[in-house]
Amino acid sequence: MSRLSDSNVAVAKEIIARYPRQKSALIPLLHLAQEQTGYISREAMVHLGELVGVTSAEVYGTATFYEMFRFEPIGKYLVNICGTMSCALMGSEKLMHHAEKRLGVKAGGTTADGMFTLAHAECQAACTEAPCLQVNYRFRLRVTTADLDNLIDDLKTGKLSDEIPVHGVLSKVRQHIAPDREVGAVAPELVNESPVWLNGKAAL
Amino acid sequence: MTIVDPVGEKIVVDPNVVNITINDKPVLARKGEFIIAAADRTDDFIPRFCYHPRMSSVGMCRQCLVEVETPRGPMMVVSCMTPVAEGQIVRTATDTVKKAQEGVLELLLANHPLDCPVCDKGGECPLQDQAFSHGPGESRFIEEKRHYEKPIAISEIVYLDRERCILCDRCTRFADEVAGDPLISFTSRGNDTQVLTFPDEPFSSYFSGNTVQICPVGALTAKPYRFKARPWDLDQTESTCTSCSVGCRIVVQSSRDELVRYQGVDIDPVNWGWLCDRGRYNFESVNSTERLTTPLIKDGSELATTSWSVALESAARLIRLALVNGSDSVAILGGARGTNEDAFAWALLADQLGISQRDAQLGDGLTPEIFNLPQATIDETCAASTIILLSPDLKEELPVLYLRIRDAAQKRKSRIVEFSSRDSGLTPYAWRSIGFEPGQQAQVVRQTLDTPEMSEQLRRGDVVVVVGRANLAENESLTLHALAELLHTVPNAKILPVLRRGNVRGAVAAGLTPQKNSGDAIDILTKAATGKVECLILLGADPFSDVADSTLVERAFAQIKNVISIDTFVNRSNRNADVVLPAAAFGEKNGTTTNLEGRVSNVTQQITPRGTSRPDWIIATELGLSLGADIGVSSLDELHQKMISCVAEFSSCADVSAIQSDGVLMVHETPVTISRSPIVSIDRNSYNYRLVVSRTMYDKAQSTVASQSLSGIITEAAIYVHPLDLARIGVVEGTSVRVGIDGTNIVIPVNANNGVHRGTAWLPYNHTGVDIRPLLNIASDIVDVRIEVIK
Repeated sequence: MSRLSDSNVAVAKEIIARYPRQKSALIPLLHLAQEQTGYISREAMVHLGELVGVTSAEVYGTATFYEMFRFEPIGKYLVNICGTMSCALMGSEKLMHHAEKRLGVKAGGTTADGMFTLAHAECQAACTEAPCLQVNYRFRLRVTTADLDNLIDDLKTGKLSDEIPVHGVLSKVRQHIAPDREVGAVAPELVNESPVWLNGKAAL
Repeated sequence: MTIVDPVGEKIVVDPNVVNITINDKPVLARKGEFIIAAADRTDDFIPRFCYHPRMSSVGMCRQCLVEVETPRGPMMVVSCMTPVAEGQIVRTATDTVKKAQEGVLELLLANHPLDCPVCDKGGECPLQDQAFSHGPGESRFIEEKRHYEKPIAISEIVYLDRERCILCDRCTRFADEVAGDPLISFTSRGNDTQVLTFPDEPFSSYFSGNTVQICPVGALTAKPYRFKARPWDLDQTESTCTSCSVGCRIVVQSSRDELVRYQGVDIDPVNWGWLCDRGRYNFESVNSTERLTTPLIKDGSELATTSWSVALESAARLIRLALVNGSDSVAILGGARGTNEDAFAWALLADQLGISQRDAQLGDGLTPEIFNLPQATIDETCAASTIILLSPDLKEELPVLYLRIRDAAQKRKSRIVEFSSRDSGLTPYAWRSIGFEPGQQAQVVRQTLDTPEMSEQLRRGDVVVVVGRANLAENESLTLHALAELLHTVPNAKILPVLRRGNVRGAVAAGLTPQKNSGDAIDILTKAATGKVECLILLGADPFSDVADSTLVERAFAQIKNVISIDTFVNRSNRNADVVLPAAAFGEKNGTTTNLEGRVSNVTQQITPRGTSRPDWIIATELGLSLGADIGVSSLDELHQKMISCVAEFSSCADVSAIQSDGVLMVHETPVTISRSPIVSIDRNSYNYRLVVSRTMYDKAQSTVASQSLSGIITEAAIYVHPLDLARIGVVEGTSVRVGIDGTNIVIPVNANNGVHRGTAWLPYNHTGVDIRPLLNIASDIVDVRIEVIK
C-alpha cells in the first residue's frame, strides 16, 4: 500500500486549495506521490483520483504522459548519467561502463540492496561541465571515474544525506505562496479584476 | 442582417444565420457552427474521423482540412474546429486540400495493420472507405509497424485492438463527455500513445457499446458481434428498442435469420444515436436456445408440447369455465412488453368477454391518472430551467434519458433539483440534491420548495417533474403525495412519467388497465389469494419476478385454478401453468410502441419468429375465435387502423412515415389535477434501517439472463448501508448479516456505500443469490428492518 501518508494528505489538500478546479492540482500531487515512495504506485493513483475527484484512468492517462514520473519501484539513489553530445565527447560512455561494473547492474537496473538505480539520461543542460550526472536530480559536474567511486562510497555511508534528498524529491524547499500574491481559488472566467499585485494595471 | 435565401427570393432577417460559400455554392449556416456541420447539409462530403456531431470538436485527426479564403490568399484549416463566418469562402476539393488529405491518410495508415479481411469493421469502416475515396493509394512507409497485443478485453463486453486505433479521441470523449464515465483515457505519449483503462480496472460503463458504434476503425469491437457476420451480408431494418420505456431508435441487423447487432439511430427527440448496453446487447435473448418454440400444455405435473389448435382450445375451455362464475373470475396481467397493437387486441378480447380486471403495470408503477396531467416530452424536459427529479435512478432504469438530462444539466442551462433517498447517477450533476427518508418525501418536498432560494429558481422558467417509483419498498401513494405537493407549489409544472417497462404507456392507453373501478394488479392478486380468481392470463408477465411482494404472489398462485401464459420463455410463474403459448419476441413482429413521453413509433420484424411462436395480437385473435368472441380483425394493418379510430390517445398516429422515423406524440386526455393530502410523517425506530429497494441496470430480467454477454455482469444480492452505519453494525464488508422484519429474516452480505443515506439500507432488486422479496410487503407504506450480526 502506498497511498499518500497523512502528512502528505495535508500537503495535498493545501495544494488542491490553490486551484479553482481540483483536478488542476493533479501534476503537483503526482510529484508529491513520487516524493513519498520514489515512484507512483497504483494505489497512489487511486488515492489522487479520490482527492481531486477524477477517475483512476484519468490520473493514469495524465501521469503516463510525462517521462519523469516513474511507475516501478526504484533505488534510494537514482543516478542519471548524461549520454548526449558534449558528455559523450567527454567520456560519459566510459563513466557509464565504470558505473555498471562498480554497481553490478546494467543501465536501467536497480542494485539488489535497493540503494542505486542507474539510468541513461538525455542532455541535462550542463554541457560546459561535461561529463555530468545527477543523483536524485542533484548535479555532479566534470565527473571522473574516481569521482564516481567516491560518490558511490559517500552515498553508501550516508555522508551526503544532508545534501541529497531521498529519491523522488525534486526540491527540498516546498513553495509557499504569500497571501498577497495569491489569486485565490477562483475560476479564471469568474475573475473580473486584475490581481492585486498588478496594482490596478490591466492584466495582459 | 439581411440574407438572400439561395432557394427562393425570400429575404430572411435572422441574426443567427450566416451566409457562406462552399465550393462556389451558397450555403446558409447557423452562427457559431463549424464549417463541417454546414457542409454536411450539402452534397460535398468532407472526410473525417474524429468529428462527431453529438460531441465537442477536438481536431485530432486532421482529415477534415479545407481551404478558406483569407486576405492573404487561401488558408488550410480544420473544418471541424473553424466556425463559419459571414461571407466565408470554403473549398473542400482543391489540389492543395487533396494533397493534404492524402498526406494525413498516409500517416494514419502508417501504423494501421490493414488487417481488413479479418476485421469486423471491414466493409463499413470509415478508414477503409475514406482511404479509398480520399487516400493516396500507396504508402511510402516501409518500416516495421507498431505492435500491440491483439485484442485486449477492456470490459466484459468491449475488446480493444490498439494496433488499429488511429487515436481519434471519439471513445474517450464519449466516455467523458456523454456518458460521464471517464474510465478510458489516452496514456503515454508520442508513438506510444494508446487508449487504455486504469490497469486491471475495466471500462464498466453502462454505455460502453456506443464507443464501439462510433469507433471509426475496427479498434473497438463488442463480444456479441465479433466474427459473427460481414457487414455486406447484414439485412437491416429500423425499429424502436423496447427494453425500457425511453424508446430509442435502433437499426436491427440480422444475418442468416438471426439477430446479430443493434445500432443506435440518431433522432433528435429521443436518443441522439446513443443506446445503453442492456438495450444494445439483450437481443441475444431472442436467439436464446431456451426460447419457447411450441405451445405447452399441462400433462400431469409436467408441461408437454402440443399443437396450436389443441393449446388454443384448452385455453378457451379454461377461460369459458372460469367465466361461468362471472367475468371477475378471470384476470389479465401484463402486456407492457408487447406492441400497442398486441395490447389493443388483448383489450378488445377482454372487452368482448367482459373481463375488467386487467393491468399492464405490476404494482411497481403509478396510477394511469398521471398520464392525464400536463405532459412534458424529453426535449421539453431537457429545455426546462428546472428539472425536478422524484424518480428512480435514471442511470439504472432509463439510461438514455439519464444521458439526455445529464447533457441538459452539464451543457445547457437546466438545473436539476433531486429528491431522493439514495444518491443516483444524476446526483453529481444536480444543482440541489435533497435527501429524504422514505415516508418523509411529501414533507421534505413542501419544506424545500418553501425556501426563498428554491422559489426563485422555480420562477426562472419552465419546470418539469420527472416522476416514477424510486423505491419498491414503499407505497405508491407516498410518491403521489410528494408529487401533489410539488404541483401545488408549481401548478404550471409539466410531468414526465418514468415507468420502466417498454410499452407500459401504450398498453395502458390501449386498454390493459383496470376497467370499471376494478383494482390494479395488487388488488387482483389479493383477490386471487382469497380464491376469487379462477383463471389468470399472463401476457409476458412473470409476477414471481416482477411483483415485489413475493408472499402475496405465492398466496395468489396457490389459489388460482388455471394459469394461461403467453410468453417467450418458461419462467417461475408459468412453469406450472395449464397452457403456455409461445409469443414472438422483439425483432420477430411488426407494430408500434409508445415510449414514456407518449411517443408512438414503429417496431419492425427482421427475422422469422422462432419455432411456431406468434405475435400476441394473432394469439388474441385466434383465442377470440375459439371463444366465439371475434375481435373482428384479420391483419395487423386492420388492427392498427381500428386502434387509431377507437382509442383517442392513438388518434394522432395515422401518419405512417412519422411513425417510421421520429414517432408521433399521443393525444392527451383532458388534464386532471391531483389533490394534496395531509402530511403524515412515518417515524423510524433508531435501531431500524428504512429500506430502499430499487432496480439496477443488470438484474435477473429474463432478457438479461438469457443474453450470454450480459448474464455474467449481474451481481450477487447484497444489502448496502452508509460506511458509518456499517461501523455501527460492527462488521467488515462482505459479512453475511441477518436482515429481518416481523419474524421474516434473510441472510445476506452487507457492504458499505457512500451513496446510501444514514439510517437507510439499500437493496438492489432481483439480483442473483439471496431473494430479498420476503421482506417486501406492499400493504405497508414503508419497510423498516433490523440488521443483526450473526453470532
